[in-house]
Amino acid sequence: MANVRPKVDAVIVGMGWTGAIMAKELTDAGLHVVALERGPDRDTQPDFAYPKVVDELEGSVHRRYLQSLAKETVTIRHGPTDTAVPYRQMGSFKPGTGVGGAGSHWSGCHFRALPEDFNLRSNLEHRYGRRIIPADMSIQDFPLRYEDLEPHFDHFEYVCGTSGKAGVIQGKPAPGGNPFEGSRSREFPLPPNPNYLGAEMFYEAAHASGYHAYPIPASNTSAPYVNPYGCQMGACNFCGFCSDYGCLNYSKASPNICILPVLRMRKEFELRTLAQVLKVNLDKDRKRATGVTYLDAQGTEIEQPADLVLLCAFSLFNVHLMLVSGIGTVYDPQTGKGSIGRNYSYQNLNRVTLFFDETVQANGFIGIGGGGAVFDDLNGNQLDNAKAGFVGGGVIWARQPGAGPVRGITTAPGVPNWGSAWKRGVKEAFRHSFYFEVQGACMSYRDSFLDLDPNFRDAFGRPLLRMTFDWHDNEIRMSQFLVGKAREMCKSLHPKALKGDAKKAGDHYDVTQYQSTHTCGGAIMGSDPSQSALNRYLQSWDVSNVFVPGANAFPQNNGYNPTGLVGALTYWSARAIREQYLKNPGPLVHA
Amino acid sequence: MRVALGIVAALILVFVGLVWYGRAPSSGGTAGNGVSTDTATLERGQYLALVSDCGACHTTPGGKPYAGGRAFVTPIGAVLSSNITPDAGTGIGSYSLADFDRAVRLGIDREGNTLVPVMPYPSYASMTPADIAALYAFFRNSVAPVAQHVDEPFLRWPLGVWRKTFLPANSPVFDAARYATPQVARGAYLVQGPGHCGACHTPRAWSLEEVALDDRSDRFLAGGQVVDGWLAVNLRANKADGLGAWSLQDVVDGLAKGRNPTHTVVGSAMGEVIESSLQYVRPDDLQAIAAYLKTLSPAPDLHSTYEASDETAHALATGKEPSRGARLYVDNCAACHGTNGRGRVGTIPAIAGNSSVLAIDPTSMIHLLLAGDELPVTPATPSRLGMPGFAWRLSDDDVAELLTFVRSGWGNNAPRVNEREVAKVRELLPPTKS
Repeated sequence: MANVRPKVDAVIVGMGWTGAIMAKELTDAGLHVVALERGPDRDTQPDFAYPKVVDELEGSVHRRYLQSLAKETVTIRHGPTDTAVPYRQMGSFKPGTGVGGAGSHWSGCHFRALPEDFNLRSNLEHRYGRRIIPADMSIQDFPLRYEDLEPHFDHFEYVCGTSGKAGVIQGKPAPGGNPFEGSRSREFPLPPNPNYLGAEMFYEAAHASGYHAYPIPASNTSAPYVNPYGCQMGACNFCGFCSDYGCLNYSKASPNICILPVLRMRKEFELRTLAQVLKVNLDKDRKRATGVTYLDAQGTEIEQPADLVLLCAFSLFNVHLMLVSGIGTVYDPQTGKGSIGRNYSYQNLNRVTLFFDETVQANGFIGIGGGGAVFDDLNGNQLDNAKAGFVGGGVIWARQPGAGPVRGITTAPGVPNWGSAWKRGVKEAFRHSFYFEVQGACMSYRDSFLDLDPNFRDAFGRPLLRMTFDWHDNEIRMSQFLVGKAREMCKSLHPKALKGDAKKAGDHYDVTQYQSTHTCGGAIMGSDPSQSALNRYLQSWDVSNVFVPGANAFPQNNGYNPTGLVGALTYWSARAIREQYLKNPGPLVHA
Repeated sequence: MRVALGIVAALILVFVGLVWYGRAPSSGGTAGNGVSTDTATLERGQYLALVSDCGACHTTPGGKPYAGGRAFVTPIGAVLSSNITPDAGTGIGSYSLADFDRAVRLGIDREGNTLVPVMPYPSYASMTPADIAALYAFFRNSVAPVAQHVDEPFLRWPLGVWRKTFLPANSPVFDAARYATPQVARGAYLVQGPGHCGACHTPRAWSLEEVALDDRSDRFLAGGQVVDGWLAVNLRANKADGLGAWSLQDVVDGLAKGRNPTHTVVGSAMGEVIESSLQYVRPDDLQAIAAYLKTLSPAPDLHSTYEASDETAHALATGKEPSRGARLYVDNCAACHGTNGRGRVGTIPAIAGNSSVLAIDPTSMIHLLLAGDELPVTPATPSRLGMPGFAWRLSDDDVAELLTFVRSGWGNNAPRVNEREVAKVRELLPPTKS
């Protein structure tokens, strides 16, 4: 029988970005917070210590820092009539585990969403009429505006030491940045990182095509930095071990180095690692959470009562916890009713690789996860969707996050996959190629959703989360359009060869190929409780002392990496908890 | 037989003589008499307890404040710090102000026994009567009594002999008039007295007493002791391996936070002092300490030199690695410290011109390279930045070659390190996980 611990003010499930932000904000407010993290504790020393951490086999093949799929995973299928099978090997997306979560092994791209990303549906209807939105597309407006989040975007960037160049400050254009971005209250905390060769050539090509390229906002510091909490960061050395790895020299922002140093000193904060939360406990009428039940490292079932429950796990597992705990009503794609599991969306990523002769020293082993160059000319309101023939836009960028033999070396078209011709191809390509990518938005659809799998269970006896997702025509057209534009702009650089991989009509979602860990939706925020799981403060419509920050809250995904928006939403939610909820616990929005 | 008896008798006589020589009378007086308990005095006492870092030794990690029991390895074996809470039975509850003064400043307890000089009473000897009274008031009134018996060292009489032979006969009186300004005098008092910096940073004689207790000797604070496996650095004005190139603010930042923008960061042993004591020292006192330290002349002995040079940086950046040490540096160190040896301001220490790198005795550098280390944390500087250890990866010879390279690169000029020195340090380290 469960062993009951003394009640605390708040229990946090998961110690990644959202958990760390919530823990900081709530202990600032004087609350006693217990954080439960399913993985081990992790810190730069000893877990990401040089040189052991820069081991491609351990990091990118054995997936040392990622979640164990042997205990907990998802099942995946393309359509509602298919049978889903478990995701048994890391492929398409890579959830993290341990203290820092995916925030310790991310790349560092730190964008804000565009103002028009927040009112996507109404903006499209306004610009093109209702008919531009296909009937099965279930996109919604966010229940808040860019202006609401601006202070929180800003604060999160200052916590992360984000390195970049503003394009609009207090409504005024600022040269060198993104002219199409939402207005910022001030410049980035640090200037942009230096460019590698491929990024320099991207600027050239973008300029020749009339695009407005700017530095990718990178939470990989361009100089030593002290954040508002007093936490110190080093400066990126372009080692090329960001994604899949923890940072060895304190230069990639992570919960571990940007927030946890403060939390670890606080008496009000208690971190319990290797604590696998099984469910949120609810009272009889399922209106109030009484705490959570978890398994500790010894496998003992423990109940942790709390006044507030914050689900801060990876987006997919937040949805899973809501489903297995019976929070809210389960989404039904047949009737369109129910809110938990609705509007699962992803990211629409494709690559164009440029091959040059030996005079172009691209040196792909020099890498920085979040750095590089990007433009927004084909994103947001810059794009004429009616003309382009799809909804949503995307960015084209140059990124060089680091390459190595174990992670795989791309060869030019026509090179075989083995033998001496392959060896020659590798030699020609490794130091003399780089790539541009298109990162497109991904709309949400009535038939893309999350629910519980009827067949497969996890190591703890719970049904696995089931993902139903496939590419729709809209996203395939977007992929083709953006890849086409990318190929076009490459011409001015005169590469020896060009390799692109736009999605083809009829292509299905391939879970074996890494594309992006930007899994979004499933427990979305909205203004209508029948169409969303969370209100504008990320509070559960159904159980008001449960808050669920994360990318699960996005009604659909935009063309950017989600972390900037996830962090800003979490600070926004934390402020609502501090300033409104704690004074008067209960629903913050009455719909 | 007679000869043997004679020798025994003579030994007994010598023994009795020595015990008599080293003895001190037990003392009297009534506990708590005439002690003020006003807030100002108690606060002053509390502040002095922090500045004097009493808790570092007299509180065990996680233990009750000042209840003693922390073990220290000394030449006469392991000793435990005493219980200095006002508990009558096991602490200092029965100490009068005179008893307390004699214990803190002269190292003699209430019964007349000499204290093990892990307790830095040779430094505390110069503390003023008013400060001692405030400390006494604090320990009597503000510290909770804890009944906790701590075993005393087995053999104490030789300590009395040592004290009488090697410490000044009359307790020194701090003379502020010797200093140019009241600020420098305040700094001198804090450094020599309550701060007891010399206990680690002043070299000791063969007989283990500090060679100087104040700045009338140019060997005062000249560094050289190895404490817990780390070298206490030279705090005098030597340009390369002292504080000569440090600005006043560098010294203040180094003391208060364990990191400063230009020179170095502070690791283990001194890091503890920052966490338990220096972070609480008032800004004006830190300024005074730094101002005083900056008045000290260079120490006279053999010292390293540093003349900034970009030759090494240029060689490494252009792919020339002139020695095996240089190659080891590029493979193991350059990812953080850079091929320019400059590190990153405030985060990763520079190697070029770093006074710890340049210390004549390479013990700390060997220790650091083998075992790694981390920075102290305070609420103002919460990041426990660290360097990993390389003992699992580098042989004694590798370490010697690597350190010899960093001690001669970028304009550094300190003696080379040999394999035997590395082996000696490695032996003392706990086994590492690989």
